[in-house]
Amino acid sequence: MMNVAVEMKGLRKAFGDHVVLDGIDLSVPSGAIFALLGPNGAGKTTLIHILSTLVAPDAGTARVAGYDIITDKEGVKRSISLTGQFAAVDEVLTAEENLRMMGRLSGLTAVDARTRATELLESFDLAAAARQRVRTYSGGMRRRLDLALSLVVSRPILFLDEPTTGLDTQSRRALWNTIRQLAAKGVTVFLTTQYLEEADQLADAIAVIAGGRVVAQGTADQLKSRIGGEVVELRDENDEIIREIPTGGGIRDVKMTIDELVRTAPEGSRVNIRRPSLDDVFVALTTKEVEGSAI
Amino acid sequence: MTSIIKPAKTASFGTTNAVFIARSIRHSVRNTEALVMAIALPIMLMLLFTYVFGGAIDHGGHYVNYVVPGIILLCAGFGSSSTAVDVAGDMTNGIIDRFRTMPIRSMNVIVGHVIASLVRNLVATAIVIGVALLVGFRTSAGIMEWLGAVGVITLFILAFTWLYAAIGLVAGSPSAASGYGFALLFLPYLSSAFVPTHTMPAWLRGVADNQPITPVIETIRRLLTGTPIQDAAWWAVGWCMLILLASCVWASLMFDRKAGRR
Ligand SMILES: Nc1ncnc2c1ncn2[C@@H]1O[C@H](COP(=O)(O)OP(=O)(O)OP(=O)(O)O)[C@@H](O)[C@H]1O
Ligand SMILES: [Mg+2]
Repeated sequence: MMNVAVEMKGLRKAFGDHVVLDGIDLSVPSGAIFALLGPNGAGKTTLIHILSTLVAPDAGTARVAGYDIITDKEGVKRSISLTGQFAAVDEVLTAEENLRMMGRLSGLTAVDARTRATELLESFDLAAAARQRVRTYSGGMRRRLDLALSLVVSRPILFLDEPTTGLDTQSRRALWNTIRQLAAKGVTVFLTTQYLEEADQLADAIAVIAGGRVVAQGTADQLKSRIGGEVVELRDENDEIIREIPTGGGIRDVKMTIDELVRTAPEGSRVNIRRPSLDDVFVALTTKEVEGSAI
Repeated sequence: MTSIIKPAKTASFGTTNAVFIARSIRHSVRNTEALVMAIALPIMLMLLFTYVFGGAIDHGGHYVNYVVPGIILLCAGFGSSSTAVDVAGDMTNGIIDRFRTMPIRSMNVIVGHVIASLVRNLVATAIVIGVALLVGFRTSAGIMEWLGAVGVITLFILAFTWLYAAIGLVAGSPSAASGYGFALLFLPYLSSAFVPTHTMPAWLRGVADNQPITPVIETIRRLLTGTPIQDAAWWAVGWCMLILLASCVWASLMFDRKAGRR
């Protein structure tokens, strides 16, 4: 029984002088949906490349499905499926041919590969364009095919690098459902995202990386509670947010904040009190890190 | 941890190769411009060398018998050069990362391109021979000589295709690959392909006699015209095997080195 699907210790990676990952320790339990957050350039894609054996780390170790990513690459490859940040599809082939090719390469028989391709074309809403060359596809269609290609066979661990970027709301919701179903079947999903709502909705565990290190880790609720209590939003007469002020959450904290606004806020403005969101946490964590590293 | 978490089945070596070969052949067939060129070029060159240059080079009118092997190699060289572009295209597209993270020998993607190139170029060779027969090419070759000639041509195509594949792996982009590959296309002109080397200035003759194309051409020509082959065949096979082995090693080193870098 494998309880930990992905485990890394002290992973480091630099490109020239530019240190991207500076000692990453993380552990992802089996069957979990794990979301990795971080600003642009934080090293999310680099980390996924290391875990999927595409790039060797400079230092540190990692195990994926129990296999060492350096000494047992074949074991890792047998256990994972990857959708990278940028579409990895064969543009000359049609969607159906892409899916059948991937099925054959994954060890399905020709008949099974064809059946599976038809299923996936249906569920990713590509059936109508199945016989068209991928070159003629829109960005979102290409992305859906890219995701479908990673799901031709179920591997124990699925890496998704910004899977919903470029998808419309409907496709995004459909993908969320697919991810939940896979997790329910026992697949571990390791995803990165720029949408905090996505992590909030999907993830059992979240880690935030910035400046090459893990700056926060936990469930969405744990992270939200880290930045304290209610947030007071100040809005102008057109209901546009002017400021968002985090408070301690106690009645006294909120009252003092509002008293302050009574004196300083422009005429006609309103306030709104809400629970902190993951966005607040993210902004707080990643800006602190940037300020910290500037010193 | 039920049905999902079972060791993944992996595609067999044969299946992987078959899939990649089918993929590359589809690519070849769908690249209309390259396909038209691959068919039109042999026809044009045959007609050009027989009717335009042929009269000036050999007044006897038997130049077509001399030039057929040269045109076969010229076309094969041109046809294999597109492998560099195909390979460089794959390496700069995200699809290679997908293949690399699967439990297959991802290097087989290159093998697929090589076999597709072999098929394309054997078709082009057949076209050259067909047109040559129409414009007066006559050969005394029997079945054994034909088999020998086709064997040498196949070996030549494989060697140069692997060389172009390695060039495609070194090049940063498909257009760079096409640029590097271009230089090699001049080799047939500096050989005994179109005129005997003894008609060349001494220094050029030194180059022409000692480069790989000349023994290949001589072997094919002597097989088809029924003259004694002497040791040309050994040189031809030796050169081709050397280029083939060196290119395979070079290509697989570059393929590993490029992992994760695009
Ligand atoms: N092959 C490479 N050579 C040099 N630098 C690289 C290479 N790959 C990544 N980098 C650098 O490493 C840093 C991290 O890149 P990475 O793509 O991992 O970030 P990311 O967190 O995925 O960002 P994004 O949210 O924009 O996708 C960037 O500064 C990038 O320029
Ligand atoms: Mg990224």
